[in-house]
Amino acid sequence: MTAPNSEKKIGSPREPMSERPAAERVRDFAEVPVGYTPDQARAEASRCLLCKKPQCLAGCPVGIDIPGFVNSIAEGRFEEAADRILLVNALPAVCGRVCPQETQCEIKCVLGKKGEPLAIGNLERFAADWKREHGGRTLPPVPQPTGRRIAIVGSGPAGLTCAGELIGQGHAVTIFEALHKTGGVLVYGIPEFRLPKAIVQDEVDRLAARGAGVVTDTVIGKLETVDELLGQYDAVFIGVGAGAPMFLNIPGENLVGVYSANEYLTRTNLMRAYDREHADTPILQSSRVAVVGGGNVAMDSARTALRLGADVVYLLYRRSRAEMPARNAEIHHAEQEGIRFNFLTNPTRILGNDTGWVAGIECLRMKLGEPDESGRRRPLPIEGTEFVLDVDAAVIAIGNRPNPIVPQTTPDLQTTRWGTIVADEATGRTTKERVWSGGDIVTGAATVISAMGAGQAAARDIDAYLAAPEPRPWRPEPRESPGDGQA
Amino acid sequence: MNEILKKEVIAPDVVRLVVAHRKLACKAQPGHFVILRVSEDGERFPLTIADSNTPQGTITLIFQVVGKSTALLAELAEGDTILDVVGPLGRATEIQRYGRVLCAGGGIGAAPLYPIAKALKEAGNQVVAVIGARSKNLVILESAFRAIADEVRVATDDGTYGRRGFVTDVIADLFAEGRTLARCWAIGPVPMMRAVCDLTRAAGLPTTVSLNPIMVDGTGMCGGCRVIVGGEVKFACVDGPEFDGHQVDFDSLARRLATYHDSEQRDHEACRIALTRPETKD
Ligand SMILES: Cc1cc2nc3c(=O)[nH]c(=O)nc-3n(C[C@H](O)[C@H](O)[C@H](O)COP(=O)(O)OP(=O)(O)OC[C@H]3O[C@@H](n4cnc5c(N)ncnc54)[C@H](O)[C@@H]3O)c2cc1C
Ligand SMILES: Cc1cc2nc3c(=O)[nH]c(=O)nc-3n(C[C@H](O)[C@H](O)[C@H](O)COP(=O)(O)OP(=O)(O)OC[C@H]3O[C@@H](n4cnc5c(N)ncnc54)[C@H](O)[C@@H]3O)c2cc1C
Ligand code: SF4
Ligand code: SF4
Ligand code: FES
Repeated sequence: MTAPNSEKKIGSPREPMSERPAAERVRDFAEVPVGYTPDQARAEASRCLLCKKPQCLAGCPVGIDIPGFVNSIAEGRFEEAADRILLVNALPAVCGRVCPQETQCEIKCVLGKKGEPLAIGNLERFAADWKREHGGRTLPPVPQPTGRRIAIVGSGPAGLTCAGELIGQGHAVTIFEALHKTGGVLVYGIPEFRLPKAIVQDEVDRLAARGAGVVTDTVIGKLETVDELLGQYDAVFIGVGAGAPMFLNIPGENLVGVYSANEYLTRTNLMRAYDREHADTPILQSSRVAVVGGGNVAMDSARTALRLGADVVYLLYRRSRAEMPARNAEIHHAEQEGIRFNFLTNPTRILGNDTGWVAGIECLRMKLGEPDESGRRRPLPIEGTEFVLDVDAAVIAIGNRPNPIVPQTTPDLQTTRWGTIVADEATGRTTKERVWSGGDIVTGAATVISAMGAGQAAARDIDAYLAAPEPRPWRPEPRESPGDGQA
Repeated sequence: MNEILKKEVIAPDVVRLVVAHRKLACKAQPGHFVILRVSEDGERFPLTIADSNTPQGTITLIFQVVGKSTALLAELAEGDTILDVVGPLGRATEIQRYGRVLCAGGGIGAAPLYPIAKALKEAGNQVVAVIGARSKNLVILESAFRAIADEVRVATDDGTYGRRGFVTDVIADLFAEGRTLARCWAIGPVPMMRAVCDLTRAAGLPTTVSLNPIMVDGTGMCGGCRVIVGGEVKFACVDGPEFDGHQVDFDSLARRLATYHDSEQRDHEACRIALTRPETKD
């Protein structure tokens, strides 16, 4: 089954990726892991057993030919590796950096049974970066135009992936984005030190180079409705994400110095508030910041606060470390950088001074009870354990709900009680004819790669639907998806 | 798209722009606003759509130069293009036939008030407009209001024009005269809207205000525009910007508006531009 020298490879150590030291990196917004050298990449790629029945494939929602591209790297054909990935994944440099690989493809890798799994994400990042840095501009082929037009609403990973697939099928695609920049959470949420914006821009530029129309500053539902789009396009894909921030609903949340993670990160990333010399959008300098939450969004906010110059950053999470939904690597990075984790801690009140500014945050200690619906143990307050942390800013990073603008302005588009759009998991079909949807707006806040998987699945179904000489009947009752909108 | 077709200084530091944007011109309704960005490093900031002209494909913006972004916008000339214009955002005003309505605008608030007053008139209401300003040369849109309202009263703080006093003094006059009023719209600085609401609450006159918290995206994504109305947190960009003035927590709004005051003022000193005093108003 496996290659002759597989014995040697099983149990072999993974090639580590170098990172900038914590003391240095907390002072700027440059990327933390520096990437593999070609030698490191070849060494790591050579660990792959090139399994005949690769288990890893089942873990990748977009179906990258993992042993195929890894073998190209092992043999030194780096651009070919990148091109193999690009066949199905329009955003490899992004996925290589932010995919939760440890729970996606790498967890399935057979090497993981008796040692460390192959570093698939690191290798994907290497191949994509190599192609970009070495001027590899060859684009995947675009077939004969089909004459069909598709509107994509939202330019996050779901929309971009759907667009990429459809272009590959020869359809004409126009992407509509509400903000002035494309990329969704990849540009306004995930910070520069984890995902440089130039990389996202490069991947968007590649789509544009293959013929995608990109229209920014356009809020669908406001400037044009989905029904109006249906009048001009053969199909509409809705990938508007889950961008509406949730708050704790505790006293003091409207004090000056309390931000949603979205506002904090948007001001910093999209509006570049950290570039105090140039950017006009300010973010006030805070010296002691409390971040509430335990997901990637909370880690990003805490690490951003440090880089904006805070002396002390507390992370308050109501369960224990084991329940934290953030990627392991990011929790580890945050610990290295000196974020002060307070587990089993729940804020009860934000205190203000007499001018309405944040002056402290009152918290209660928690203990873990029985598991709840999500399978995680439910945090229970311990009476009488209130204490106050001295902070001058608080960032609330407890999750996002779907934004209601598109559902509210689109009749016949059914939503769940969480506000997510009802869509069939396998095809992305909504309850409205010729309208598909996928990503966070369907599942609730999830991951980049699951949004991409949904965008790809919808594109394939759109293609099949449009290609059928007599369009198949629209299935009117798609399954409800179980998203809870919680991060 | 986004080209400035016409630019006029209508009062000191108050500029009116007519901007080409065909789709916006079709969709804009009274109460809607846009979010603009003037430069690549610039802020995103909201302005009300003060008027729209569907056949010509234009919208009108009227703004006061208060800080860096509005100063940059005021520097643009006819023929220039505004980098980003996003809209129409917010909920449109609920225009119905109410009877006699009061439209009170303080300072630059007269600009967002104008399309509402016009729509109310077109819907068959009798419109009593009250415009307040610090001084005569700061009174804006008087003739525009005269063209659509049944009655226009002006108040200046220093008494240089119209009645000496505040908008609230004129409203008190109206109450004293025993005028029956079905609804009130009050738009202006926070202290003005708060004062009007205190008066109309006592008089039992339903009052709508348009809130102007700091905004970033304008689509419900950042939560920066949150305001407290009736004890509940609302996002002004998607749930408003118009709310029942008698339910608004003005204290928390005033504090949140002060957030960036200090840092902005510093920026602004450096780039303030001199706008020429206009010969004529409107
Ligand atoms: C701070 C942060 C860190 C994260 N870190 C990770 C991570 O490390 N790994 C990971 O896998 N996932 C991570 N996630 C989650 C991941 O980013 C999302 O699951 C993913 O981006 C969802 O993609 P999407 O395409 O569905 O939506 P989004 O990325 O949200 O994109 C939606 C786009 O639609 C636009 N839009 C919304 N409404 C309209 C409208 N009416 N008209 C036009 N356009 C509209 C929005 O402006 C946005 O650009 C993180 C999320 C955040 C917020
Ligand atoms: C829905 C909405 C509609 C608006 N419509 C209009 C309009 O039609 N015409 C108009 O002139 N202005 C309007 N405003 C106010 C306008 O957005 C601000 O004046 C503008 O953002 C100031 O930007 P700046 O960079 O020039 O000033 P900044 O440098 O940001 O601030 C300068 C000063 O203005 C104050 N300020 C900042 N932001 C706001 C704000 N959003 N509202 C009030 N004060 C603020 C600051 O506290 C500071 O004192 C509206 C605001 C909202 C929320
Ligand atoms: S895209 Fe994500 S899941 Fe797929 S192979 Fe790459 S890292 Fe793994
Ligand atoms: S990555 Fe792992 S599972 Fe996949 S082919 Fe290589 S060794 Fe096999
Ligand atoms: S402006 Fe961001 S939510 Fe209203």
